[in-house]
Order: sequence, then structure tokens, then C-alpha cells
Amino acid sequence: MADEAGTTESNGEGSAETEAPKTPPGMDLRNLVDAEFPGAVLEQSAYEDREDEVTFVLKVDYLLRVCEYLRNHPAASFKILTDLTAAHYLENEEPFQVIYQLVSVDHARLLRLKMKIRDGQEVPSVTEIWSSANWMEREVYDLFGISFAGHPDLRRILLPEDWGSHPFRKDYPLEGRGERIYSKPTRKESGE
Amino acid sequence: MIAEIIAATLKIVLVLGVVSLVVAYLTYLERKIIGHIQMRLGPMRVGWHGLLQPIADGLKLFLKEDIIPSRADKIVFVIAPIMVLVPAFVVYSVLPFGPNFYITQVNVGLFLVLAVSSLGVFGIVMAGWASNSKYSLLGALRGAAQMLSYEIFLGFALIGPLMLAGSLNLQNIVQAQSDVWFVFYQPLAFIVFFIAALAETNRVPFDLPEAETELVAGFHTEYSGMKFAFFFLAEYANIMAVSTVGIAVFFGGWKGIPGIPLPGLVWYLLKLGAIIFVFIWIRATLPRYRYDQLMRIGWKFMFPLVIANIFLTGLVKLLFL
Amino acid sequence: MLDVESSQRVERGPSTVPGTEDLVINMGPQHPSTHGVLRVILKMDGETVTDVDCDIGYLHRGTEKIGENITYTMFIPYTDRLDYIAAPSSNLAWVQTVESLFDWEIPPRALFIRSMVAELSRIASHLLWLATHALDIGAMTVFLWCFREREMVLDLFERAFGARLTVNAFRLGGLFQDVPQEFLDDTRAFIEIFPSRIDDYETLLTENRIWLQRTQGVGVISAEDAMDLALTGPILRSTGVQWDLRRAKPYAAYPFLDFVVPVGENGDVYDRYLVRVEEMRQSTRIIEQCLDMLPDGPVSCKTPRTIKPPAGEVYHSIENPKGEFGFYLVSDGTETPYRVRIRPPSFINLAGLKKLSVGGLLADVIAIIGSIDIVLGECDR
Repeated sequence: MADEAGTTESNGEGSAETEAPKTPPGMDLRNLVDAEFPGAVLEQSAYEDREDEVTFVLKVDYLLRVCEYLRNHPAASFKILTDLTAAHYLENEEPFQVIYQLVSVDHARLLRLKMKIRDGQEVPSVTEIWSSANWMEREVYDLFGISFAGHPDLRRILLPEDWGSHPFRKDYPLEGRGERIYSKPTRKESGE
Repeated sequence: MIAEIIAATLKIVLVLGVVSLVVAYLTYLERKIIGHIQMRLGPMRVGWHGLLQPIADGLKLFLKEDIIPSRADKIVFVIAPIMVLVPAFVVYSVLPFGPNFYITQVNVGLFLVLAVSSLGVFGIVMAGWASNSKYSLLGALRGAAQMLSYEIFLGFALIGPLMLAGSLNLQNIVQAQSDVWFVFYQPLAFIVFFIAALAETNRVPFDLPEAETELVAGFHTEYSGMKFAFFFLAEYANIMAVSTVGIAVFFGGWKGIPGIPLPGLVWYLLKLGAIIFVFIWIRATLPRYRYDQLMRIGWKFMFPLVIANIFLTGLVKLLFL
Repeated sequence: MLDVESSQRVERGPSTVPGTEDLVINMGPQHPSTHGVLRVILKMDGETVTDVDCDIGYLHRGTEKIGENITYTMFIPYTDRLDYIAAPSSNLAWVQTVESLFDWEIPPRALFIRSMVAELSRIASHLLWLATHALDIGAMTVFLWCFREREMVLDLFERAFGARLTVNAFRLGGLFQDVPQEFLDDTRAFIEIFPSRIDDYETLLTENRIWLQRTQGVGVISAEDAMDLALTGPILRSTGVQWDLRRAKPYAAYPFLDFVVPVGENGDVYDRYLVRVEEMRQSTRIIEQCLDMLPDGPVSCKTPRTIKPPAGEVYHSIENPKGEFGFYLVSDGTETPYRVRIRPPSFINLAGLKKLSVGGLLADVIAIIGSIDIVLGECDR
């Protein structure tokens, strides 16, 4: 199921950066961030060059500073963290992506921030910047097993506390419990 | 002597039986009226238009398993519903239903009604405490605070009419209204009395002790079967008792409008029906007050009002009568 | 955020009064007013709430994981089971998200029917909300009156799509088939009587003193805090922020429709009530316009037999009755999505419960849960 994971994220970014004559969407924000934190944005992409799908891939160290800057700067003013989630790309070197979907009510625009992290790597919590991150980070911790440093109350939210594994990882099969290399589940496995 | 005792016993049995039956049918009336207000039919299955529904409900409650929670205080848990039900029925001993239809006449009748009916709150507190459940406890606390405070307003609201009648005997109070009902002399007192009566009987908008959406069922959350039925019976018996007191004190009791020859009992029942309809109508219309708002209304609005009413009545009586 | 003393659940602890303990009350999952299987753990000092913790997940079915293992079309019925109070809204969010991966031209008739059905589902959802919210505060008659009209909306769904609750209304590329003429007639009949029915509810509540006392100044939140907590939908609008995705990011037929986005001022329970009631009136207007403007023509564009979107990722959200309902979708170019993330409004709005209710009374918590308008199917997913 997770075979073609690797091809996914490389899409889009290339086309957005190479087409010189047309300015890719989100350049104003990119310039804003680059001016303050050079090197913070590793990649930039947008699905079919749409304004609403602008995605910045951030360096983990810069996350909190960039988020705070984007929230408070009047030209960005991303006051709402509307969604925070993760995705698992089993075959990548940095298999996990944490995805932050920001909304600016003042400018009626969206921005997606992304971070690529290794398994077991801690991510700084953005609960200090947006309170809404509290439950969403708990959910990501619950379902993907990504820890957030500085989270005030990091515990499972949807699953029981003694579940022990993280079902939304791609190596967690549809039947049975616990992560493992995917193989067709048999009756035996689905028992416990 | 023996004949008197037999007569008294018969009267008591008759009144108790009738009251129990009427109380059972009050629940039917309530369900039907609320049903029609809400554009539905209410009970329709048991008997013609559901007329046997209260009997079926009673039978069901009799036959239900009697559950006592394992961590409850068993003795108090069992006594509590009785403590609620008995005062509710004792009150009927002095209520006037007709010119010659009453169990007994006492010269402190109204006082006795107030004294006995306030005992019911002990049962509620006991029920809440003995259930060993947090919802019950909160319900009992609310019930105790609410009923104790509104007892005061209820009593004070009755003082005005009492001063006019000059008697505590309920039959004498009724007789004193031969010309004009006291509700026209004492409108303020009646308003306070009615609000306090709603609170005293735990009716909407003051049904906080058993607020089902907050406390599940309040003080009787853990009760089932016949014990639950006792609470239920007591609640409706109280509604009827307090309505009867209101009718006797403010609406001339069994006295009718001159010119329409109807027996006293029929007049009484007509008035009772009207008052109870208002009780039910209010239940179908109003949301519920919050605990602190209930207390605020009582002590900051109704209490000064009744005191002022007593003062005014006294002044008028001193100067003009 | 209010401080959390430890990473544990709300626990018994010393009260402000020395020598006493605060009462910990477990509300739900079987409680008359927790709207499903929500469990709220309340720490109370007498009747005053000092701490709140929500225990959710009783309805967790791993819908996102299911979505990653079935095709795009097969996932539509699963979205019914998210916000089952307003199932067509969830359908709409999903089909639009998938369609945004393509450059299909959806026929205008389909767009108008989609908007119309989405607004009907908004009415159905708000009616259920008003019914239960009023019942929570003790006004029982409103409950049955609202259900009378909700029943009519569900009958309309049945007429158009053959199901009342989980309607599975839309397909990728448009609709499965055109709606029957009777549906349009009945809808028009419905919107003719519905405004007077809203007047009926308002007669019972809007100027009722007890209702005002129970809702005004309760569960107040500022616009700043609401955005900080990502509260969306009527809760955000009740604070005065005019943020409605139907306006901000128009989709379906909304660019052609004329409607007002109602906003409140104080951000309390009462303003949320007013906003939602006004939204029902606006929905009626929208439906009327849809019926008047409904173009003829096909209801579905040509779609390939197997839906294989190009690789890429999109985030698309719509204005669900409860708030911003969105999907973050990663496609890897195969028949199944690689990652499906549901942006659940109930889940995120419920996170604000603590902020809204600490310091209030127990009865206020009930009113606030009602005013948040949650549906656990979508909260737990």
C-alpha cells in the first residue's frame, strides 16, 4: 500500500522552482521569511501553482521562530492554525512529515508548513503560539507516535491509554495490532 | 367514640385513595397537555386515548426490581422516599375540598400545612446523601437550599391574606372570601406565592434538584421501582396540595361565582384544574433557571416584595378597616 | 491556555477552602446532555467548575486509515458517517477535495443542486442543534418543534437520494443522477413554510428572560482567543469575525448566490444562538435562489472509469454547519489516496471547552457544550 510513497512529495516542488518567467505563488511570504530567517525554508511548492496550496518545507530548528513571525507579522497574520497533522512515508530517509495548515483571516489566504523528521525525533510544540495545537498535537502523538517537546499535556486522546502502538503509521496493517512489515494478515494475527 | 374513629378512618382512606388516583392521573394529564402543546398526541396505546396509562405505569413500577446500590447507606436509602411521601399526604388532613368535605378542621390549619410540608426536604437530603452518588448529592444540596429558601417566601406570601382573614383555619379563610377573593386584594402576595409554589414543588423553571440535563435525575438518580414511584407520587401530591392551599387562600376555595349553582367540590376541582394547567403550561414553555439565579431572584427580589406586601397590608388594615 | 497541573487526568486535589477537597464529577459517556459519547471530567468547587478534561475517542473508527486503503469513490459513504447530522456537507467536502486534484468542469446544474442540498443539511444540523441545546437548558417544547421540521428535511433527502441520514448524496464529478422534479417542488413548499416556523422557535426563546439569563454572558470568548483556539463556524462568527468559507473561498454555486454572513458581538452562548438562527434564515434564502436559478443540463461531467488523480497534495475545506470541515489529501497517483486527513470542526471546537467553561457553573457547562454543537462521529472519526 505504501509502495509509491517516495514519489509523492517530490512532485510539484520542481516545477514551481524551475519555471523562471512565472512567479510561483506564495513568493511574497517566501521573501518575508527568507529576509528574517535565511535558510529556514528548505523547499517551496504548490499543487498546480495554486495560491491556496502554497507549501513551505521548514527546517525543524526554525519552526517556532517562523511560526511566531508568520503569526504576528501584519503582512502574513496567520492567526489560525486550522489543522495540524502528520504523514508517514515509510521508505524515505526522514519518514515523517508534520503538516501545519495556517489560515489568515485578514488576507483570506492559506499556507501550509511542513517539516520532515526522522523516526523518534522530537518536534517543538507550537502550543505556545496557537492554543489549538494542543489537541491536534496530542492526536498526532496518539496516532503517529511523534513527540512534541514542550507540549503541556502530551497523552493519548483518541485511543485508550494502554494501546501501545500508533495505528496511522504505514507499517501498521489494517488487521491486528502493532506496527510490523506489511504482510497479508491471517486469522491468527487479528486475534490479540 | 368508636363510630367517630371509624368515620375518621373512612374519610382518611377515601381522601388518600382519591388523592393517589388523582395524582396518578395528573401524570396522564401532564403528558397529554404537553403532548398537544408539542404537536403530538401523548399516550395513546393503553386504553381509550391512553386513559389506562397511569395504571400501567403504576403496575410497572410495582413489579420492577428494587435496586439498592451496594455502596448506599441502606437504611437511610429506604427511609428517604417514605420521608418524602408521608408529609406530602399528611398535608391533606386539613385541606378544605368542599363546604363539608374535609378530614378535619384545625385552628392552626395553614400553619400545620407549612410545617408538615417543609419536612419533605429532609427526605430529599437523606435520599441524596444515602445514594452515595455525586449527582444525587448535588441534587440534594440544590434541593435543600432551594426548598428552605422558598419555604420562607411561601410562608411570608400567605401572611398578607391571613391578616385579612384573621384566622389560620383554612375553612374560616375560605369563608372570609365570600364577597371578594383575596387574589384581588393581594395580587403581589399571589404572584410571590405562585413562584414560590413552583420552586417548592421543583417544577420548571425551578426544577434544579432534578435537572435531568445537568444532574441526570438529581436526588433520585439511584432510585428505581416503587421507591422512585414514591418520589414521583410525592411530587405530584405536593403540586396538588400547594394548589389547594393557593385556591383556599387566594381564590375563595370551594366558593363559586354567585349565581352559578354548582356544588362546592366541583368549583374546587375546576379551580384546581385551572391552576394545574398553568403549572403544566409553564413546564412546556420555559427553560430552566440556573442555581445562582434562582437564589438571587428569591432573596433579592421576592423577599423584599413580600415584606413590603405585609407592611402595606398592615398599614391599610390599620388605617382604613 | 489554562494551566494543567500535571500530565494526568483531572484528579482530586485540595480545594481553595482549606481542609476540603474539590468534587470530581464524571459526566458521560452516558449522560443526557453530552450529545453522544462525550465524557467530560469536571473538577468542581461546589457548583463552580475549576477544571475540565474531555475524554473522547469512544467512536474512533480510524476513518482516515480506512480512506487510505480504499478508492476515492468508495470513501464517499464513509464521509456520511463523520458528521452524520449533516451528511451531505461531509460528502461535499470530500468530493470537492478529490475534484480539486483534477481540472474537471462540473456542470452548473450539479453545482446548484450541491449548494442547495448543503444548505438543506445546514438547516437539518442547526435544527438538531437548536432542539438539543434548548432541551439542555430546559425548554422541552422547542425540541419537538424542531424535530418536526428536521423530519421534513430528511424526507426531502429521501426523495432526492433515497436515504434519510447517511445520504451519500454526491459523486465525483457531479451527482449520481438528476434529482426528481418532486424534490424541487417539495423543497419549495418547505422553504415557504420554514421561515414562519423559525419565528415560532424565536417566540419561545429569543426574548425569553430565562433564556437570556441562561445564555447571555455565558461561555464568553474574544475574537482573538477564538482564532487562537482555531474555533470556526458560528462560534468564530459570534465573536464578530466575518469568516465564512462560502464567502472567503467560494465553492460550488456560492459565488452566484446572494446571502448575508451573520456575525455576533459578544461571543457568548446567546450570540451563537442568534448567529445560527439567522444562518437558518439565510439558508432558506440560498435554497430559494438555487431553485430560481437552477439551470438545465447534465448533472455530471465525464469522469474516467477509475479515478486516478495525479500525484500531489491538496487541502480543501468547506463551511460545514459546525465549522470548517476540510480534507488534507495526498495522492500518489494510484487508485487509493496515500494520506487522508480529516479536519474535524467538532474535535477542534471541543478543545475550546476548557477555555469557555472554567469558572462557570455546572449548568453553564451544559449550555456551553450545547452551544459548541459537536457531533461525536466526526470528533472521534
